[in-house]
Amino acid sequence: MAALAACAPARAESVPKRVVSMNLCTDQLAMLIADEDQLHSVSHLAADPGASVLAERAGAYVVNHGLAEEIFLMRPDLVIAGTYTTRTTVALLRRLGFRVEEFAPETGFDDIRQNIARMGAILGRRDRAVALTAALDAGLAALAASPAQGSVAVYSSNSYTVGPGSLADAVIAETGLDNIAASLGISGAGRLPLESLITADPDLVVTGARRFDNPALAQENFRHPAFRAFARQAVEVDIPDKYWLCGAPFTLIAARILKQAARRLEAGQE
Amino acid sequence: MSEPARYRLLLALLGGATTVLFVLSLTVGPAAIGFGDSLAALVSGDGGAIVLIMREIRLPRALLGLMIGATLGLSGAALQGYLRNPLAEPGLIGVSASASLGAVLAIYTGLSAAFPLALPLSALAAAVAGVLVVQALAGMHGGTLTIILAGVAVSSFAGAMTSLALNLSPNPFAALEILFWMLGSLTDRSMEHVWLAGPFILLGWAMLAMLARPLDTLTLGGDAASSLGVDMRRVRFLAVFGTAACVGASTAVAGAIGFVGLVVPHLLRPLVGARPSRLLPASALGGASVLIAADILVRLIAPGRDLKLGVLTAIVGAPFFLWLIWRSRGRLT
Amino acid sequence: MSLLTLSGIGVALGGRDVLGDVSLTVDAGEFVGLIGPNGAGKSTLLRAALGLVAARGTVEIGGMPAARLSARERALRIAYLPQEREIAWPVSVDMLVGLGRAPHRGPFAAAGAKDRAAVEAALGRMEIAAFRHRPATQLSGGEKARVLIARALAQEAPLLLADEPTAGLDPEHQIGLMRLFADLAREGRGVVASLHDLGLAARWCTRLVLLDRGRIVADGPPRQVLTPQRLRDIYAVEAFFGEAAGGLVVQPLDLVASNAKNERTVHR
Repeated sequence: MAALAACAPARAESVPKRVVSMNLCTDQLAMLIADEDQLHSVSHLAADPGASVLAERAGAYVVNHGLAEEIFLMRPDLVIAGTYTTRTTVALLRRLGFRVEEFAPETGFDDIRQNIARMGAILGRRDRAVALTAALDAGLAALAASPAQGSVAVYSSNSYTVGPGSLADAVIAETGLDNIAASLGISGAGRLPLESLITADPDLVVTGARRFDNPALAQENFRHPAFRAFARQAVEVDIPDKYWLCGAPFTLIAARILKQAARRLEAGQE
Repeated sequence: MSEPARYRLLLALLGGATTVLFVLSLTVGPAAIGFGDSLAALVSGDGGAIVLIMREIRLPRALLGLMIGATLGLSGAALQGYLRNPLAEPGLIGVSASASLGAVLAIYTGLSAAFPLALPLSALAAAVAGVLVVQALAGMHGGTLTIILAGVAVSSFAGAMTSLALNLSPNPFAALEILFWMLGSLTDRSMEHVWLAGPFILLGWAMLAMLARPLDTLTLGGDAASSLGVDMRRVRFLAVFGTAACVGASTAVAGAIGFVGLVVPHLLRPLVGARPSRLLPASALGGASVLIAADILVRLIAPGRDLKLGVLTAIVGAPFFLWLIWRSRGRLT
Repeated sequence: MSLLTLSGIGVALGGRDVLGDVSLTVDAGEFVGLIGPNGAGKSTLLRAALGLVAARGTVEIGGMPAARLSARERALRIAYLPQEREIAWPVSVDMLVGLGRAPHRGPFAAAGAKDRAAVEAALGRMEIAAFRHRPATQLSGGEKARVLIARALAQEAPLLLADEPTAGLDPEHQIGLMRLFADLAREGRGVVASLHDLGLAARWCTRLVLLDRGRIVADGPPRQVLTPQRLRDIYAVEAFFGEAAGGLVVQPLDLVASNAKNERTVHR
């Protein structure tokens, strides 16, 4: 094991051939960038169609659950993890001498560009990364060409919303819409009491939070009579969580859905 | 002042406090609405945002606070009188935890979505089971220690089953909601909850109110009460099902809120000459005041954070409970 | 018409026969002492008469089958003083004695003039009017006992069943209580009291019922029931029998010698 650890820095320079990703966001970036047969395993969430945009492609890989024992037996030459998840597994794998690269979650489009570039460098696929970034920038430019007008609030399960410092807020900013969370002093993720939502009275309300077949109190807020009454006046937009849970070129889809809704609103007002 | 006059004054004071707190509760919330505007919105009829907030968010919250607080105070006083034990309380003897389990089973299996009445009914059934188990374990002449131990056993089991049900739910949110079921909250409850729980709560109150005279007589013990014309089977039925109906329905819409039923009757007992029949209405009003006050505090202390009600009631109630135990140690048999 | 008629009463508790085939009639004007060693079934007999334990046989109260009486109707005919002097809450003496009026009042009716008069009479008779406003739980054992007896008196039932009412009382209050029960009997009511003090039973009761192992062994005037041989057989004690101040004196002296005890076992 000591020998493995000793030669790890030397191998960091070489292109990894058996990569395991343990985080939904790194899973998706790796699937988009890695060469054929380079990526061995992705996390189970990558195969969940509610959370992953690339759920179908994930079927081609071995599924892992972020457990050290499981990863160890896969004998990867590179492990990719998120900075906030599977912390104990990462520490254990490092002690065992595995090379682990950690990616912080993206909170804006700059983060997305950096993570794409870094993933490209780590996997030895710089060209692919450059192409993805170019596509992302082209999409953003198209959005910026015709900014939408109006205010919007994200209202998720458990009355959660997102404000400045979150990826969703960055997506809203790109559409030209105004996120009411900022004026309510909410940064990152926070609770948006139903009362505050109704008094802030945004033009659009994003309720794309994923619905599960099995009930939970977390989603009772969508059934509250006061919310139903409010939603009849505002335009309700359904943006599936998966498009902005992780930052990637597909995050543009969230922005496009939002913008189309804003266009419908403008058309309705005219 | 004569004794009945003092009692009427106490009820008037408690009623006044409850009214004031109820109105205050209507004016507290994240949306900054003036005192006059908010109350005017309750009676005037245009469909603006303020009217919506007042009628659909704050009114049900205040009403549930009133109903559930009164339920906890009343059922605490009734259980204490029935079991002749100052430590009997729906939370401590496991009724709330059992009701939570019943509610959880109804909600997370999807039963209550298809058939809304399943929620209070299931909570009621589980609460009845909880009371009966405690009573079977502790018996009619059960000492304090036996009742508390039986309550701990029932609460632990019901809590574990609730956890299991929530953890097995395929909905990832479910597992996080154990907090709600164990500590209770009135955040963003709606008039639907008021209509769902209201009839059961009123039924429970009516049943517990019928216990007033028999509870007085029970001061002399079960045999003496029986010889004085108290039908003990009827008393048992009213106490068990009355408690289960109102506590079950309350828990089904707001989770388990502890200690109100313990502290309130205990504080009011000396003020009503320890008379169980007089303690019932006084505790109901006192419980309503305490719970509405706690619900105002959670909104003021941590706005926008959904602090659970049970956190506050336990901060006050648990030390009180310890003090009660400390005071009665040596007599715990 | 008798106040209470028990016919063929049998009670089994936990699979063991505690009472077997007991028949007993109590008339107005009688002060019946129910005596017998520990475990003879005295308390169970009183409880069976009140329907507090499931029993075979029939109970008639005031000529009516007990099964046809509601709990309240029964409470108007029999008052009961349990052995445990339970007072669960620190309620006032007044209120506690007033509980005796429960069967007389409608479910929501307030206390009437008749109720108040009955409570006053009971407070006076037990000499506890002086502490009528004190919490009953703070009283001494003897005071508590008197308060509870006052409660039973306030019930104003024709028949009073008392389970060891003299336990824990000093001689003054023991005799006071026996005198009270004798007075009640003279007034035309009936009293049945289970007693351990044979001296008191001999001196004050108009009739004694001696129970042993769930059966009535003797029933009659004290002088007939209490004989040296019966005390040896049933209580296993030797007793002094005498006359003083116009009444019977019975004072247990010592245990029967062990050979006599064996003889007693054989005798049975």
